[in-house]
Amino acid sequence: MRYAETGFQLEVDLSKGSIDIVETDQRETESLLGGIGINAKLLYDRVPPETDPWSPDNLLIFGNGLLNGTCVPGANRVSVDTIAPVNGLMGHSLMGGFFGPEMKLAGYDRIVIRGEAPDLVYLAIHNDKVEIRDAKHLRGRGMVDTQRLIKEELNDKGVWVAAIGPAGENKVIMASIDCGNSSAARTVGPVMGAKKLKAIAVRGTRDVYLAHPAEAWEMCSRLRKELDANPNVGDWMAVDEDDSFHHNNFSWGNARTRQKNYWSEGLEERWRNLKHDHMDRWTGCWNCPKSCHNLMQWPNRRKFSYKCYGKDTYHMAAFQELDFTYEILPIAMDLGFDSYSTPQVIAFALELLEAGILTEKDFPGMPSDVRQRFYYLLQKIAFRDGIGDVLAHGVSGAAAIIGNGAEEFDHNTVKKFEQLPVKLGKLNPAYFLMIATCEDMAITQIEGSFPQDPIKDPKLREEFIKNWISVPDKKFHEWFRQWEKRDQLPDQAMIEISDWNECMHYLDDSLGLCGFVSSFRGQFGGTTGYHVWNMPQIITHTLGIEFDKDKLWEVFQRNRTLVRALNNRLGLRRFMERPPEDHWAVRDEEYEQQLLTKYYDFKGWTFDGIPTKETLEKLDLGYVAEDLIKRDILTGDEVTALKDDKAKKEKE
Amino acid sequence: MESKRKKTKIIKDIKVDTKKCVGCRACEIACSAFHATPKYSSLNPARSRIMVVMDETRDIFVPIRAGEYTQAECNGRNRYVIDGKEYDECTFCPASCPSRGAFREPDSGLPLKCDMCENDPPVEVPMCVDACTFDALIYEEREEEVEEVKEKREDDMELAFKSLVKKHGLKKVKDTFARLSKG
Repeated sequence: MRYAETGFQLEVDLSKGSIDIVETDQRETESLLGGIGINAKLLYDRVPPETDPWSPDNLLIFGNGLLNGTCVPGANRVSVDTIAPVNGLMGHSLMGGFFGPEMKLAGYDRIVIRGEAPDLVYLAIHNDKVEIRDAKHLRGRGMVDTQRLIKEELNDKGVWVAAIGPAGENKVIMASIDCGNSSAARTVGPVMGAKKLKAIAVRGTRDVYLAHPAEAWEMCSRLRKELDANPNVGDWMAVDEDDSFHHNNFSWGNARTRQKNYWSEGLEERWRNLKHDHMDRWTGCWNCPKSCHNLMQWPNRRKFSYKCYGKDTYHMAAFQELDFTYEILPIAMDLGFDSYSTPQVIAFALELLEAGILTEKDFPGMPSDVRQRFYYLLQKIAFRDGIGDVLAHGVSGAAAIIGNGAEEFDHNTVKKFEQLPVKLGKLNPAYFLMIATCEDMAITQIEGSFPQDPIKDPKLREEFIKNWISVPDKKFHEWFRQWEKRDQLPDQAMIEISDWNECMHYLDDSLGLCGFVSSFRGQFGGTTGYHVWNMPQIITHTLGIEFDKDKLWEVFQRNRTLVRALNNRLGLRRFMERPPEDHWAVRDEEYEQQLLTKYYDFKGWTFDGIPTKETLEKLDLGYVAEDLIKRDILTGDEVTALKDDKAKKEKE
Repeated sequence: MESKRKKTKIIKDIKVDTKKCVGCRACEIACSAFHATPKYSSLNPARSRIMVVMDETRDIFVPIRAGEYTQAECNGRNRYVIDGKEYDECTFCPASCPSRGAFREPDSGLPLKCDMCENDPPVEVPMCVDACTFDALIYEEREEEVEEVKEKREDDMELAFKSLVKKHGLKKVKDTFARLSKG
C-alpha cells in the first residue's frame, strides 16, 4: 500500500492509441519526491537530446506534487513539463486549482503523454476507465466552451478539464493550458497543440491514504489555521489595492518605459471601485485557506478570474488603465494565451511598426486605437494569420524571423523567454545570479525566501530576525543583520541566498506546494507557511518514509542538478546565462563573471555550468554522469569552476 | 398510542453563507477524512457527506450536506433565480436520490448522510465547519421544545435495511456491511 501517492502513472501514446497504467517505484519517490523531480527524470530517460520538441517523441507530463490531494493545505500544484519548443530546454509550468488533486483521486500521480494523435482528440479519465475521444467538434473553441462542452458530453459536473484554446491548437509559443481558475501558462501549451490533444478531462473517486493519520491530520489542521491567520502568505494583490509597486517600478510598453510617479491616491480609489464594482468574489484552490483569485464580471464579457500580476500586464503593455486589462483578459484567456508573455509580444510588434521595421502593410486593416490593435493582434496570433504567424514564435523567435534590426528590440528575454519588465539602476548580485541561472525562465520562480530589501531600523530588524524561523541556517540571520544596502553583501552570502531561494522552489515544485504559501512568500515578512524545518515532518507523516532537513536538502540538490544536466544535454552552457543586457543601467561584466564562477563552484558545476562527475555521483546521479561522458559533454576529469584554469585567468 | 409529553431537544444548525464560499473543498476533505476508518487514514471527496456545488463560470458556490436517501426522483424540478443568478435544479437539494450521483459511497453505491460528526468524545463543531476558514459554514446549537415520540429504532432499522436490499440487492448490501465491519 502506498501513502500520499497512488503509486501509479498513466502513460498514453497518442500515435499508437495505447493507454497503460504503470506501477512506479517507491524508491524513486524517496529520492525525487514527485512533481518536477520525477518529471525531469522521465524527460532525461525517455527524450534523447536530438528529439525535436515539436515531434511526437517529445513528452508532455502532468506530474502531481507528492502532497497533492492529501490533507496538506496549499498542496495542489501539478508540474507540467516538456522540452519547450521556444528554446529547446526543459519547459516547466505549474498549475494549481483542482486538476492535480483530481488526477490523484482518479489513481494517478502523473499523466505522461507521448505521440501525436492523427486528428484533434481529448483524453477522458474516470478512475480506471481511460478513453481517447474525438475532439474535432471542439476545434477552434475557447477555454470556457471547451471545458463546459466536455463536462456536458461526459455528463459529470465533477469533471475537471485541462484544455488548450485556439492559441494552443495553433502551436503558438505563448499558449497556456487552463483548468478552471488555473493555468500552466509557460511554454507547455504549444506542445499539447502539437500532440493534437485538445484537453484532458479527469474525474476521480478513489481514496488517498495517509501513513500516520492522527499526526498528519493534527499537523494539517494546525497549518490550515496558521496559514489563514498569516497575512504574509497568499497573494496580497487579491486584497491590497495599493499596486504602486508594479506601476512605479516595472516598465511599460515593450518593457521600455518607467513611470516612477504613476501611482496616486486618486487612481487607487478609482481602480478599487473599478475592481469591486465588477467582482463577484474571491475564489481559491484545492484545500487552501487563501483565496487568491478574483472572479470578475465585466460588461459584455463572460466571467473570468485572474490572479496576481496578471492584473497589470495588458494595460501596462498598452499604456492604458486597469479597465483595459479587465476588458481584454476574458478574451485573451479564452483564446488560450499566457498573460505574461503575450502582452510583451504585442507591444514588441507595435514598437517595430513605430520604428519602421514592420510597416502598415504587415498589419492590413489594423485599427488606429491602441486597444483595438491589441484585440486585432490577439486574433491574428491565435489563428496564425499574416503577421500573427510570425509573432506566434514569441519575441525572440519573431525577432529572428523578421530580422532587419528587429533583434535589437528583443531586449527583455533570457534564453529566448520573455522576462518580467524590470529595468533598474544598480546591479544586484543575488538577482544577477538568479536571473542568469534560473531554468524556470522567470525570476518569480527562483526568488522569494530571503527579503528583497534590508530593514534599516535595528529594532525592527531584530524583531524580524526573531520571528524568522524559516532560515535553513543561522548564518542567514547574521547576513541579514549586517545588510545595509541592497547590492552589498559578501559574495558568499549572495550565492547562498540564491541557493536557498532556489531550494524552496524546487521543494515546492516537487511536493505540489503553492509558492504563495511557501517559496515565494518568505521575502515579504519572513513568516512562510512551509520551510525546511516543517516539510520533513509533513512528508514523514503523509508518505510514511522518514525525512529530515538534510535528506530534504539533498533531494533539492538532486532535482536541481538533474534539471541542469538535462538542460546541459540539450545545449545549455555558460554563455547563455545572461540577464537582459539593460536589466540594470550600471553593469560590471568582470565582477558578474567572477561571481557566476563562484556560484557554479558552490553548486559543484564546471566553469561552463555543467555538474561534474563527482557532483552527480554524490547525488546518486551516476547514470547521468555516464550518459554525459558517453555524449562527450563531460570527460569525467572536470573540476568545479573555481579550480578551473579559466577561473584563474579570470582573476588575473 | 404514542405519548405526547413535551421535551427539549438540541437542534444542530449549520448556517451556510454562499457568498463567503471560495470553493476550496476543505469541508469535503475534512468530512471524508473524519469518516474514514481508522479516522483520518484516507480522504476522498466522493465519500464526503458535504459537497460544494460549484460553477465558477456562473459564480455559483453552494455547500450542501447529505440528507435523506430517497428511492424516487422528484416529480418536476425547481430552478431558482436568486439575485439574478439562476441555480440548476438540485443545487440546494441534500437528498441522495436516483437523479444524480451525489452522496453515494463510490464502491457500493449506498447512500451517505451527514451525521453532524457524532463522535465519542464529541467534537466541538462538525469537521466541515472546523475546516472552513472562510466562515461560509457556521455551527449553531439551539434548544427547541418538541413532542416526545416513542422510539421505534429497531423497527426503523429493519425498514431501512429492507429498502436498501430492495434498491441494491442483498448481495451488494451484505458485501458492503462485511467490508465496513472489517474496517
